[in-house]
Amino acid sequence: MSASANTGAAPAGKAGAAPVNGALTRGVTVIYLSLIVLIPLAAVVWTSFGEGIGGFLRSLSNPQAIAALRLTFEVSLVVVFINIVTGTLIAWVLVRDSFRGKGLVNSLIDLPFALPTVVAGLTLLSLYGPKSPLGLNIAYTKAAVVMALLFVTLPFVVRAVQPVLAEMDLEMEEAAHSLGASPFTTFLRIIFPNLLPAVLSGAALSFARSVGEFGSIVLISGNLPYKTEVASVFIYNQIQTDNIAGAAAVSVLLLALSLLILIGLNALNRWGRRHDQ
Amino acid sequence: MISRLGLRFVALGYLALLLVFPVAMVFARAFQDGVVAAWQAVTTPEALHALWLTILVAAIAVTANTVFGIICAIVLVRHRFRGRNLLDAVLDLPLAISPVVVGLSLLILYSLTSPVGAWLAQYGVRIVFSTPGIVLATIFVSLPFVVREVMPVLREIGTEQEQAASTLGASPFQIFRMITLPAIRQGVAYGVVLTTARAIGEFGAVSVVSGKISGVTETMTVFVADRFQNFDLVGCYAASVVLAVIAIGTLLLTNLFEPREDR
Amino acid sequence: MSIAVCNVSKRFNDFVALDDVSVEAPTGSLTALLGPSGSGKSTLLRAIAGLDDPDSGQIIISGEDKTGMPPQRRGVGFVFQHYAAFKHMTVFDNVAFGLKIRKHPKDVIRKNVNELLELVQLDGFAGRYPTQLSGGQRQRMALARALAVEPQVLLLDEPFGALDAQVRQELRAWLRRLHDDLNVTTILVTHDQEEAMEVSDRIVLMNHGRIEQVGGPQDLYEDPASKFVMEFIGPVNRLGDTYVRPHDIEIQLSANGSTSEATVENLIYLGFEVRVELALKDGRKLWAQVTREDARQLDLEGGKQVHVRMVHSRVFDRANEESPAEDSL
Repeated sequence: MSASANTGAAPAGKAGAAPVNGALTRGVTVIYLSLIVLIPLAAVVWTSFGEGIGGFLRSLSNPQAIAALRLTFEVSLVVVFINIVTGTLIAWVLVRDSFRGKGLVNSLIDLPFALPTVVAGLTLLSLYGPKSPLGLNIAYTKAAVVMALLFVTLPFVVRAVQPVLAEMDLEMEEAAHSLGASPFTTFLRIIFPNLLPAVLSGAALSFARSVGEFGSIVLISGNLPYKTEVASVFIYNQIQTDNIAGAAAVSVLLLALSLLILIGLNALNRWGRRHDQ
Repeated sequence: MISRLGLRFVALGYLALLLVFPVAMVFARAFQDGVVAAWQAVTTPEALHALWLTILVAAIAVTANTVFGIICAIVLVRHRFRGRNLLDAVLDLPLAISPVVVGLSLLILYSLTSPVGAWLAQYGVRIVFSTPGIVLATIFVSLPFVVREVMPVLREIGTEQEQAASTLGASPFQIFRMITLPAIRQGVAYGVVLTTARAIGEFGAVSVVSGKISGVTETMTVFVADRFQNFDLVGCYAASVVLAVIAIGTLLLTNLFEPREDR
Repeated sequence: MSIAVCNVSKRFNDFVALDDVSVEAPTGSLTALLGPSGSGKSTLLRAIAGLDDPDSGQIIISGEDKTGMPPQRRGVGFVFQHYAAFKHMTVFDNVAFGLKIRKHPKDVIRKNVNELLELVQLDGFAGRYPTQLSGGQRQRMALARALAVEPQVLLLDEPFGALDAQVRQELRAWLRRLHDDLNVTTILVTHDQEEAMEVSDRIVLMNHGRIEQVGGPQDLYEDPASKFVMEFIGPVNRLGDTYVRPHDIEIQLSANGSTSEATVENLIYLGFEVRVELALKDGRKLWAQVTREDARQLDLEGGKQVHVRMVHSRVFDRANEESPAEDSL
């Protein structure tokens, strides 16, 4: 009874797949990651504390920074809630409904992943900005920021919910119906609780993406400080005006937030899987 | 209560208003002065240079991240070692960080006033406001895709084929070339497509680290923003169309390579 | 082409998979490594192949000490339970793989592969992919692939475990015939004692990482060294420390010196044989196996009083040592 057969997750004696010594490949991996990701990020953290904790907190208490952060959180939360509703709805239609062109619509969902963010912002600007054929103009407003974020975060909840919905046992719903539950009640009490881990996972990813989003917002929002300037744009502006320490401080905050979300997602995924057993 | 058609209408309507119509609008705007004008706008020296730079940077980033991706996937799936979970977590960082923070990190690390930047300058190597910086930034943001696509494939095929090959006399390198690589082909292809799309579309990090020097360090996305800020709307939208077409092409390719899940 | 395992031990963390195991497989034999799950048989096989290294001990193949050598250099052919087919290669390329590695000329490869495919009755399938084959076909392909490089030793790890009962039966017989033709020293791991009895010349019965007994199928059946062996090979009744085979229980209608009284509780007709469930006077239960002729002659039916006698039995006491057997119960 061998512990290493059939799993592929443990070293299979000497017949492993690494073309060279295991330690060497591990070393290469660590060096690459350090050079590309870890050392640069460390440089940001280092710089943000360049003038000590006092300097760090001073940068953060800059009223413009606070306004940018607050705006970022606000819009990101709004976007998350909208996405939970629309994402679940779209996933539902894609899984349960059938109509001609559904495959095409399904592929469309990935467009925000494939399209450069700056182009995404422009597409919205062209239709809903000045010179809009619809007569609408939301450029330079908070609504523009929300809309841009909705565009780029569209796929997260949809793609998280779709597979779970597809695999869900229809029999559960049929049982509920036979016991007298209306479709709405069935959705609320039977379907949605089972979707919850997936929805939350998608929501967390959507939130993480929103707080850092730059390209789609920078052209469409006008970046008016205290009005439509989000954290990422604030950081950018600080860089332009050579306030590197200030930029670094807010960056570290965003970094910490990203880490928190990643950890939360990890825990969430594990919780969701426990549910399955 | 809420009819199926109603749900469908709302869902499709949302998608149309948010995605389809805006993208269509960009095409319309690009060609509003005629096809010739649009063509001319994207064939100026600056535009062509931006296109060339984008392709060059993407090619380097994709190659580097693919080689790294395959090695890293093998390490994470086949090896057991302390710190494996940490490595796994670090891989997700590039997806969770704001692009401007990425750009800032490279700016700080490699600026001429930093120890590293100054040291490199001695050898005539310049990272910030130059192509190498753009390459590093692009590698950073598109790092995880190949790894993440190859890992589940590696897990699924298991080690038995590799063990069988070893009993048949194949050396570790032969095993890797003739057994492992072909088996992960699809995962790699899909990962490469995702990496390419991400690399081409990068904007925030590149904006920060490149200095946006027109005709020298502008990639396509930065070029688009530059045209916009110079009120050259046709140029801006025409270049956007080029990027949108590439994006749609990417979507088609992902459909081709999507790992089919055998249940 | 013989195999000698000398004092091999292996543990996985706290679990002792092999405990100072020594065994030999003579040239040209077909030896079965038999035992329950966790007995160490697969671990031993993989140690011989070089897929896992033992913590201590030696593996000697054809007189050469191959301990520590990678599988590539051991000259072993290995067949996996789940085939380990190279899914992205055709059947032909699978079988040819080892030969390609050794850089044999193309026409030689083609000749050898085609001969082998004929041998395993897969000629005509050369262009197919493994996913297009049935389980039995895939395993035959795996066997051809292993044989292509003319290994000194052939190692099979529960090769029929993933197959249907019917296919298993067919392949068992087929393997036996193949071995008779080729005479490659073969070791087969199985948990199925029937399979071991049917196919092999020698059985190495293992339990908890140790060897319980080595011998021919009949030897293990008729002369078990311990109660584990007796219970694992063949059906057995246990009465205290006495172990008796169901067909060694004779049923008579009248008492006779060494018989004991018993009541027939149940009769189960299994085609040619009848299983007679009995209860002794003191309540202990046992079952006997008789032919349907005997059952008819004795006019057996539920509730009938009969007299039983053990024709042959073994006693294994607590320390698993044998004591002289007694006839009566």
